[in-house]
Amino acid sequence: MNLNELTIKQAREGLDSGKFSSVELTQACLDRIHDHNEELNAFITVTDELALEEAKKADEMIARGEQKMLTGIPYSVKDAICTLDVRSTASAKILNNYIPPFDATVIRKIREQGAVLVGKTNCDAFGHGASNEQSMYGPVKNPHDTSKVAGGSSGGAAASVADHQCLFAIAEDTGGSIRQPAAFCGIYGIRPSYGRNSRYGIMPMASSFDTVGPMAKTAGDIAILMEVMAGVDEKDATTVADVVPVYDEEIGKLEIGNLRVGVPKEYFELEGLDEEVKNAVEAKIKALEEAGATIVPVSLPHTKYAIPVYYIAVPSEDSSNLGRIDGIRYGVQSDMEKLYDTYAHSREHGFPEEVKRRIMVGTYALSAGYYDAYYRKAQQVRTLIMQDFDTVFQDVDVLITPTSPFPAFGIGEKKDDVIAMYLADVFVSPASVAGIPGISVPAGMSKDGLPIGMQIIGPRMGESKILQVANVI
Amino acid sequence: MKLEIEDIEHIADLARLHLTDEEKERYADQLSAVFDYISMLNEVDTTGVAETCQVTELEDVVREDVVAESDEETRKKIIAQFPDKVGNLLKVKAVFDN
Repeated sequence: MNLNELTIKQAREGLDSGKFSSVELTQACLDRIHDHNEELNAFITVTDELALEEAKKADEMIARGEQKMLTGIPYSVKDAICTLDVRSTASAKILNNYIPPFDATVIRKIREQGAVLVGKTNCDAFGHGASNEQSMYGPVKNPHDTSKVAGGSSGGAAASVADHQCLFAIAEDTGGSIRQPAAFCGIYGIRPSYGRNSRYGIMPMASSFDTVGPMAKTAGDIAILMEVMAGVDEKDATTVADVVPVYDEEIGKLEIGNLRVGVPKEYFELEGLDEEVKNAVEAKIKALEEAGATIVPVSLPHTKYAIPVYYIAVPSEDSSNLGRIDGIRYGVQSDMEKLYDTYAHSREHGFPEEVKRRIMVGTYALSAGYYDAYYRKAQQVRTLIMQDFDTVFQDVDVLITPTSPFPAFGIGEKKDDVIAMYLADVFVSPASVAGIPGISVPAGMSKDGLPIGMQIIGPRMGESKILQVANVI
Repeated sequence: MKLEIEDIEHIADLARLHLTDEEKERYADQLSAVFDYISMLNEVDTTGVAETCQVTELEDVVREDVVAESDEETRKKIIAQFPDKVGNLLKVKAVFDN
């Protein structure tokens, strides 16, 4: 097995027992990136020099016996997350030259452990998209079939892990941006509960939805990463003070005989649900039942309204947040005579189509006379969606659904059909709207050789439970 | 619902976003489709339903109002990001026309 193909746990063991060094492990990842990046396009920036420098320091930490869980482990960061002294474009040309003077809190925590940053991953610009085709640096291709998308918005992050270009990735999930690409690329990815991990330094998209989480090769690795990333942060007033569980221990504590798994009918009755996806997920549910879990058919009646709620509330918050991206204090400024034109042209040239479309939708929804009809209405329906989940979680521990109605689709296939692209997130949006956690877990392959993903959803702060179930799938 | 070119121009103006004529036409069609789709929310009776603006149930999160100075190195990095500057000052276009 090549070093870059190891899990975090395996690499930890190898590094600590002196089988190989972090420099060797890091070089294996960098070599893989340089062999494949031209084709897959997972990375916008590769940090060779910094990575080898950090790897050398990690080897010294290990030699002194000062290593932590992530010391010397190579990882990637989505380009919409700020990294100190490393260019962070959010995949939009308006930030083509932006070098953050600070680290996002979650990145600071990971860096403090001595992990090794190998580069910044491609994504739909500012997280706006479900296919990674809305990047101004070109689409990311799926490592399993390069004619297919890697998913989005965190397509580069997912491809970087699936193609073994690093051992884990840090990404962001507003509507499904971690879970859906994880499913398309055949890896694990968790959207934590809103407020579990600090959003400080995550380029804001929709502030009441945004979360940051890890993507990795096993559920065990996800547990390790969540433990490092989670917790209250004075720089993000929406983080909650709940004690961070020792996920790495919690994950092994499942008593499957006591597990109650809810299967929401609305997800399995959806028109357009691929038969292979349905069968693969149902087979996994059956296996849980045979292992002793109780399967409970449940209903979440407002499921179909999650996408329309999402596409009112998110663009509204988006259009407001993106007001700051105007080419004045940082980023790429258009050379115009008047201030108004400087804003209007910097934004025209620096944003891709979907970003502009969302700014337009959000600005309209919030404009005079429309607030009640759209934003307020959406926020009320959001309450009903949350109540659906609250009700079923009184009876079951977790819900299991497909992550996406279909495996990865072709590059260009949905690009011009806005609503079809939005509906690619139909199974991941509801948990986002409710602020509850969900993890995508590999559930097999289609006959065409494309990964199928299964989603495990838990109640607020229920990360331990969904990790436990993910661990036995 | 059908959005006209004038509506699109008004929204783009509010958003400080310059659009080409081709984009205006495309967005008029696409926004109309998006808002048609979203109108399915009108099926839902929300009488007396509270709005969800945040999901954490946290209230009044406060901190001490103290100045935290950034170090000289960080200050230099922030200034280095300015697209246009005079010395250490950010240079912007005139706000008023006259």
